[in-house]
Amino acid sequence: MLYLCRNTASRRRQGTALPGPVILALLLASICAVAQTPDNERPVPILSGSAGAFSFVTGGHNLIDTQINPVLLVPLGDRWLVEARTEFEGKFQRPPDGGPYGGPVAKHIDYAQVDYIASPYVTITAGRFLTPFGIFNERLYPIWIRALQPDPLILGIGTASSDGAMLRGGFSVNRAANMNYAVYVSATSIGISSVDSERHVGGRMGFFFPGPRLEVGGSWQKALQADRKSAFGFHMGWQPTKAPLNLRAEFARSDYGSGYWVEGAYRLRQASFWRKAMSRTEVVARGQQFFTGAVGWQASPWALPWANTREADFGVNYFVRDGLKVVGSYGRQFSPLGNFNQWNYGIAYRFLIPLGRVGAP
Amino acid sequence: MTMNNRSQSAIALLFCILAFGSYLFAGGSSTGTDASGKDSAREATAAVEHVTDADSMRLQGEQRFRANCGRCHAAPQKFPPRMMKTVLRHMRVRATITDDDMRLVLFYMTQ
Repeated sequence: MLYLCRNTASRRRQGTALPGPVILALLLASICAVAQTPDNERPVPILSGSAGAFSFVTGGHNLIDTQINPVLLVPLGDRWLVEARTEFEGKFQRPPDGGPYGGPVAKHIDYAQVDYIASPYVTITAGRFLTPFGIFNERLYPIWIRALQPDPLILGIGTASSDGAMLRGGFSVNRAANMNYAVYVSATSIGISSVDSERHVGGRMGFFFPGPRLEVGGSWQKALQADRKSAFGFHMGWQPTKAPLNLRAEFARSDYGSGYWVEGAYRLRQASFWRKAMSRTEVVARGQQFFTGAVGWQASPWALPWANTREADFGVNYFVRDGLKVVGSYGRQFSPLGNFNQWNYGIAYRFLIPLGRVGAP
Repeated sequence: MTMNNRSQSAIALLFCILAFGSYLFAGGSSTGTDASGKDSAREATAAVEHVTDADSMRLQGEQRFRANCGRCHAAPQKFPPRMMKTVLRHMRVRATITDDDMRLVLFYMTQ
């Protein structure tokens, strides 16, 4: 049962309090930043984020997952940004002997960071940030963005958040290609289900070709202590210009295991019937595999499958309006520990609230 | 009768002066129309160039939006510029989009 629970979207990050120096740095950066833009043009602070409610039926056991993930964005001056995301998540299940649904409500900070845009090529980040390993963790994790609500099996490879400093940026190499990069050092790494006082160094580099809308890249991470374990991965994304199709894939490898996922999401805009409804509908398919590594799962600080695992998922998303979508998916997982079905349905909403006067759009 | 003749002569002279003045005024106005027409043409040309630039920027902004932002999520509704600036600063860091892309997407999303 524990295994089942670990392999649904309930695999979320465990919370920790931000260290004092990080909070101090956030406050200092806020105080030191000087506004240089006229008042009527200055970017306004925003409270954004997402909220959702989902039902995950895994091997016959229902888990109700409700969550709200507020994101605070505070721009300061022309070059500073303070941003933070918190996750409040309730996971409710019916007890084995019956009775009403109940369960814990977890809360934690995914990131709380100060960004300084030093130049068109470099942004300096300090605080707690999402570890730039692959693309899912940083870009696709929010429930209103992800095409399928269950996490990929390899999400646990690489850490979810890190406390430290990072340099990152993106720029044009030439007219045909953009390059993006991120390098970081961290003193604490926040896993999917743990917190480690480990020093890490790592980075990610990618190339985006605007013409064919193709992105390819790689990530790397190394622990700077103990057995100095390392992990690496590759990612790609492709959006053909002639079809509303979004293809993404990731591969990751570490001592705890390796695996990949490949996902395709197709918006039915080209359907010749029920055009309004079809243009709001997206069908998704994902295939993935995980192979256990040399180090057993017991030693893993992350929520990884306990055995070699294959999984196929199919889903439908219906975009009711901007920021609001209804989701549903079916998947089947194959493993020596047992095969089972995964059903998921729910609703996800993205909100965006200005914390100041903004004028007319 | 002499007075009548003088009056008639004065009226005729006044009429001629008015007519000549009207001719000059009309001519002057005509000249002025040419000048303002050139100004208008220049303004119109500038406006067309501006519109063309704006259209071009909007088109490029849309392309950049689809290429960069569309990789992860669908197009949101348009928000006021002060909100979009914050969102784009956030996305510049999160998605490592380039400086040029950010400017063009901001233009597209606020027009």
